[in-house]
Amino acid sequence: MIRIENLSKRYKNIHALKSISLQVAQGELFAYLGPNGAGKTTTIRILTGLTNLTSGKAFLNGFDIEKQTLDAKKQCGLVPQTINLDQELTVYENLEVHGCLFGMPARQRAEKILELLDYVDLDDRKDTLTKNLSGGMRRRIMIARALLHSPRILFLDEPTVGLDAGIRRKIWALIKKIQQNGTTIFLTTHYIEEAEFLAARVAFLDEGNIVATDTPENLKARLGEWAIDRVSEDDMKTQYFKTMEEAKDLSRHYEDSFTLRRVNLEDAFLSLTGKTVK
Amino acid sequence: MIQGCGAIYHREVLILQRRFWRMLASMAVSPLLYLLAFGYAMGDRVMVAGYTYTEFLIPGLVAMTSMTQAYGIASEINISRFYWHIFEEFQAAPINDVAYVLGEVLAGITRSFISVIVILGLGFIFGVSLGYYSIWFWLPVLLNSFVFSSLAVGIAMLVKSHSDQAMVNNFIITPMAFLGGTFFPIDRLPPVAQKILFFLPLTHASKAIRGAAFEHHANLYSCLLLALTGALFFFIAIHCVNRAKD
Repeated sequence: MIRIENLSKRYKNIHALKSISLQVAQGELFAYLGPNGAGKTTTIRILTGLTNLTSGKAFLNGFDIEKQTLDAKKQCGLVPQTINLDQELTVYENLEVHGCLFGMPARQRAEKILELLDYVDLDDRKDTLTKNLSGGMRRRIMIARALLHSPRILFLDEPTVGLDAGIRRKIWALIKKIQQNGTTIFLTTHYIEEAEFLAARVAFLDEGNIVATDTPENLKARLGEWAIDRVSEDDMKTQYFKTMEEAKDLSRHYEDSFTLRRVNLEDAFLSLTGKTVK
Repeated sequence: MIQGCGAIYHREVLILQRRFWRMLASMAVSPLLYLLAFGYAMGDRVMVAGYTYTEFLIPGLVAMTSMTQAYGIASEINISRFYWHIFEEFQAAPINDVAYVLGEVLAGITRSFISVIVILGLGFIFGVSLGYYSIWFWLPVLLNSFVFSSLAVGIAMLVKSHSDQAMVNNFIITPMAFLGGTFFPIDRLPPVAQKILFFLPLTHASKAIRGAAFEHHANLYSCLLLALTGALFFFIAIHCVNRAKD
């Protein structure tokens, strides 16, 4: 469904992506995890035609993004990180313009807009100017807009950034629902819990390189199941254990304070790159 | 391509509808001030090329306003690109660069025609009615709008910020507005200045519009030059849209 082969992107002195390769299967929810500046947005921008690639190849649903650009674009919907709704237009008009851009016939467009507004639970806001909506509502409208032309692949670039925990959960539920309908989802995030909750597979991106790709369970299992964080005066050390008993046994000898917890994706990322995702 | 161009134009029309009365009022302000300041000050007392100054001024204002309104889409594109990021929505859509440029150019031409109608209405209030019913009056208006809306799309893609955009306006559009035969006949200027002003599209637009308004005659040479300049700017705009990807 998504195939990337040795993709590179260079901006003057910055090598944003360094020959990355990956595949995402149809219907999969794939998370692309990395700190700010790792190259997550650059990857999405290249795949959706917003930025030219420097070298390599990428295919969306079999269409080469360079040679069959328009066909490739028809395969995907994009929810960018920045809110890019037309502030002077109503919710309905924003979606209508999107439908026109994707060549949807008027009747189909009108039906689908109402269906999607109901889907994202904003059917009562169709005549509201988007500038009068809350951040969470705007995000949901952007998701509805990206789904309007029934794309087979949905790119979500940090879809919950800046939203409070309650709204974030609502968006997560919506993303799950979209995936259950068979849409392939490519999600970038630097929220560990978001990737853990949503994704079937995760790729770790660091300084333009993919350092690991696997299921969240496998990535975590490389370290163990339990972790103990020990805070000293100027540092925090983390040790990993296969079982809770093993961790408890060792922790009896600690004199300073410590926290026993389950291993998470942040640990896996830290162990591979030496840095945190956030 | 028609689908993409139609979508871009549809969006601009929706925005235009929302702002219509505000826009109409703002379109009337500058010409009204010029007509009041120059029209009443010189009005019937000053004759230029056998016409009263108010009569001379109105076709010039038509040329100038069609230019500024058509070029005004540059600021709109600029805001939608740098502040609202709406341009990304167009870039991610399956439409080609020609469709995008054409949609925006049509929007610029629409704004320009509305502003020209506003000026003609003001002229009517000031008691001036010239040869507005001829195709030779409207053709240079159309070509002038085509030139400057194409230029606007290109410039909006090249600038890096809104302040750059304002700078371009100050260096290109404002001098052209005053020197392109809007307020005075350029044949009164020194020959060297006339030669320089010959290269400004607005000079040809003013000449052709005034010629049609006064004598109902076609200035095919000026129209041809405007068409060629417009075509050149249009292709440059397509190239600039493609380059705006990074």
